Amino acid sequence: MSEFTLNINGKQKTVNVDEDTPLLWVIRDTLGYTGTKFGCGRGLCGACTIHIDGEATRSCVTPIDNLDEDVELTTIEGLSVENPHPIQEAWLEGDVPQCGYCQSGQIMTAAAFLERNPNPEENDIDTAMKMNICRCGTYPEIKEAILTAANGSLANKGGSDE
Amino acid sequence: MNRRDFIKVTSTAGSGLILGFYLPSTNKLSGKPLTSTAFEPNAWIKVQPDNFVRIMVAKSEMGQGVVTSLPMIVADEMDLDWSQVIAEKAPADRKKYGWQMTGGSNSVSGGWKKLRKAGATAREMLVSAAAQEWDVSKNECTSKLGTVIHESTGRVLSYGELAGKASTLVIPKKPKLKSKNEFTIIGKDKKKKDTPSKINGTAEFALDVQLDGMVYATVIHSPVFGGEVKSFDKSSVSDVSGIINIFIIERGLAIVAENTWAALKAGKKIKIDWSDGDSAGVDSKKIRKDLMKASEKKGSVVRKEGNVKKALASSDNIHEVIYESPLQAHATMEPMNCTAYVKKDQCEVWAGTQDANGARKIAAKASNLSKKQVKVNVTYLGGGFGRRAHNDFVEEAVEISKVMKKPVKLIWSREEDMQHDYYRPASVHVMKGAFDQNNQLTSWSHRIAAPSILFTQFVKIPFPFKEKADIISVEGAKHLPYEIPNMQVDFQMTKTTIPLWFWRSVYNSQNAFANECFMDELSEKAGKDPVQFRLDLLPKNSRDAGVINLVAEKSGWTDFNNDKIFQGFSCHKSFGTWVAQVARVSIENNQVKVHEVHCAVDCGTLINPANAKTQISSGIIYGLSATLKSKITVKDGRIVESNFDDFDVIRMDETPDIHVYFVDSDEDPTGLGEPGLPPIAPAVTNAVYAATGKRFRNLPIQFG
Repeated sequence: MSEFTLNINGKQKTVNVDEDTPLLWVIRDTLGYTGTKFGCGRGLCGACTIHIDGEATRSCVTPIDNLDEDVELTTIEGLSVENPHPIQEAWLEGDVPQCGYCQSGQIMTAAAFLERNPNPEENDIDTAMKMNICRCGTYPEIKEAILTAANGSLANKGGSDE
Repeated sequence: MNRRDFIKVTSTAGSGLILGFYLPSTNKLSGKPLTSTAFEPNAWIKVQPDNFVRIMVAKSEMGQGVVTSLPMIVADEMDLDWSQVIAEKAPADRKKYGWQMTGGSNSVSGGWKKLRKAGATAREMLVSAAAQEWDVSKNECTSKLGTVIHESTGRVLSYGELAGKASTLVIPKKPKLKSKNEFTIIGKDKKKKDTPSKINGTAEFALDVQLDGMVYATVIHSPVFGGEVKSFDKSSVSDVSGIINIFIIERGLAIVAENTWAALKAGKKIKIDWSDGDSAGVDSKKIRKDLMKASEKKGSVVRKEGNVKKALASSDNIHEVIYESPLQAHATMEPMNCTAYVKKDQCEVWAGTQDANGARKIAAKASNLSKKQVKVNVTYLGGGFGRRAHNDFVEEAVEISKVMKKPVKLIWSREEDMQHDYYRPASVHVMKGAFDQNNQLTSWSHRIAAPSILFTQFVKIPFPFKEKADIISVEGAKHLPYEIPNMQVDFQMTKTTIPLWFWRSVYNSQNAFANECFMDELSEKAGKDPVQFRLDLLPKNSRDAGVINLVAEKSGWTDFNNDKIFQGFSCHKSFGTWVAQVARVSIENNQVKVHEVHCAVDCGTLINPANAKTQISSGIIYGLSATLKSKITVKDGRIVESNFDDFDVIRMDETPDIHVYFVDSDEDPTGLGEPGLPPIAPAVTNAVYAATGKRFRNLPIQFG
């Protein structure tokens, strides 16, 4: 057991866990942020996706002692600083979730992707999202929501599409 | 007057004020102070003085949208303003809510009549209450958007204001139901009530339940089905910190720890000596060989018209082929898990279960308590697809909590979930067709060789059905809609040691694959267009013909012509709903790419059209995984696949454009969660034939 201090969702949290504990279980069991889900335990499905310094990361295969110092962690609970994040707005508008279990991971992957590529083509979305599994098959609605959010963010940033 | 004719009057003080709604102390409309009485005319409805109306949802929400569609039915008959509706998940209580099993695509169709009646009852009583309040005739009063209006004087009272008065009235026996053109909510797109909580991480799945003093457990099951723990080596996990207890339970070895990670880590490492189980020595080759052998003999005949034997003997144009389907896993996104707390005289369970009543029963048995002492809270389900109608994980959590005397959260690893599922059975289908000299199809026979889910899980032989066969195994085969003079369908039940269960659409998935691919073969033999070939065998005004014509027209079936993209057709009715599909595919780098799927659906009255559409596309995408990618194989009595690397499923980049068209209908609503699935495998397989000239008679379709 070791003590770690995490910067998560804008807060400092100190936890006492085994060094090899994946962030997923620190976030869920120790800190109680249960919006991040366990799906496969091997980084294959994307349900556990969080942001580490804005990068979409599989928390189920990221041991806590692998973290660099002073990184910022963001989970679904911390995504919308000033409610709501454009991605979440687009998800609401498209009424995307079915069972909902994979959606935190989908949203976190999509949010990081749009930061990187605010004006994506459909192919770019496919490539960015294809490692996030949804067994309900909400892929068409997810893609539509990402396009909606992209158009919205372009408008906010005075993008070139008129 | 019967005691039960009086309405239960409940004070709202301290009750029901959950879900974070702002609750005013005065009525919105009149500004009058609230009374303290809520109006509960039946198990489903509670009109609160604050003018919010709680509608209980006694079916499990697993993505199919019941927390929205079921309240819509009540709210429409009640004339509510949709924004005043609070959907509340009901705990397991069969006496109060009836059978809560969520499966067979029947939540809406099964709830349709009783929920409408419940809503209409409440509405009539609220109108009567207003009439009494104003001392006018009921007939002068109308209801609208959660209020009763006295048109001639313009007086208005909200349902909240009327709750107290309505609670004193007699329940009408036969409330008047609306006619279809009076619906204001049914048939309109409504956003799902649970969506806000599912985009910010607050929706509570069983995995998210946190209790004070809770410990975490995992269970390791015998890799060979039916095996038992002979011994285990505690020292093999002595370097894992946080382990609290390791002990044998009914279904395997339980590892209890201070946190999930410790439990899962120990679960991977621990050395266990297992006894061989029933499935020792079984592999996929043997399963296939046994099915093939069984298919040589006639089984229980479940449909017989004319004389197939004679028709075959007298034809010189016979077509005979064998179709096969492999085992499938459910692979819900949320692995099996359950939280349970067994105390001396009480047991509480939090489970994502499709069978809340069954969970209560099994928890009572495992805790050695009476059902009355057991409370089952049904959380959101991270996918169901049939899997969560089995409560094995509930039994395990209760058993472990009973030993630990603490709240226990049980979590299976993905590997345990994949390798200890209850699977869709593998099956073999012998298809025979015969034509006369005029190339008319005169005979059809379909023999299914498969193990029986009913027999392996519930029912003993002889089956207590007219057919003396497993009626579920022949679903979609027995009910072939085509009019062919000689017809026979028989079921040859085989034995298996692999645990079986209901997989989204159940045997409809295998039977539709065999039926509709074979129809494609027969249409080719007959030299006819596959769509026309089917239409020629169906009554002109049938609902089967209705969906076929609709999808053919919308997809532009007849005029479609493309060098690289090829189309396939199929149709199948399941769970009361007619579905016809056109799939368009190309072959790229030896892989099937599905470009688009057109799908026509006749499910009667639509409740929430936007949700109906995504239920259909959900079934298509789930079915595409089994068509193109996933299967379960057995080796040395064990399941080979273990996670999403070797049990691969459809991803976003592989998802076709899906176009769904609904038949406009006034009929009662039928199923939506499953019927989209069965036609997709044959539609794609038939399109692959059109593209390549190769008939795939087993799934998944893989070139190699």
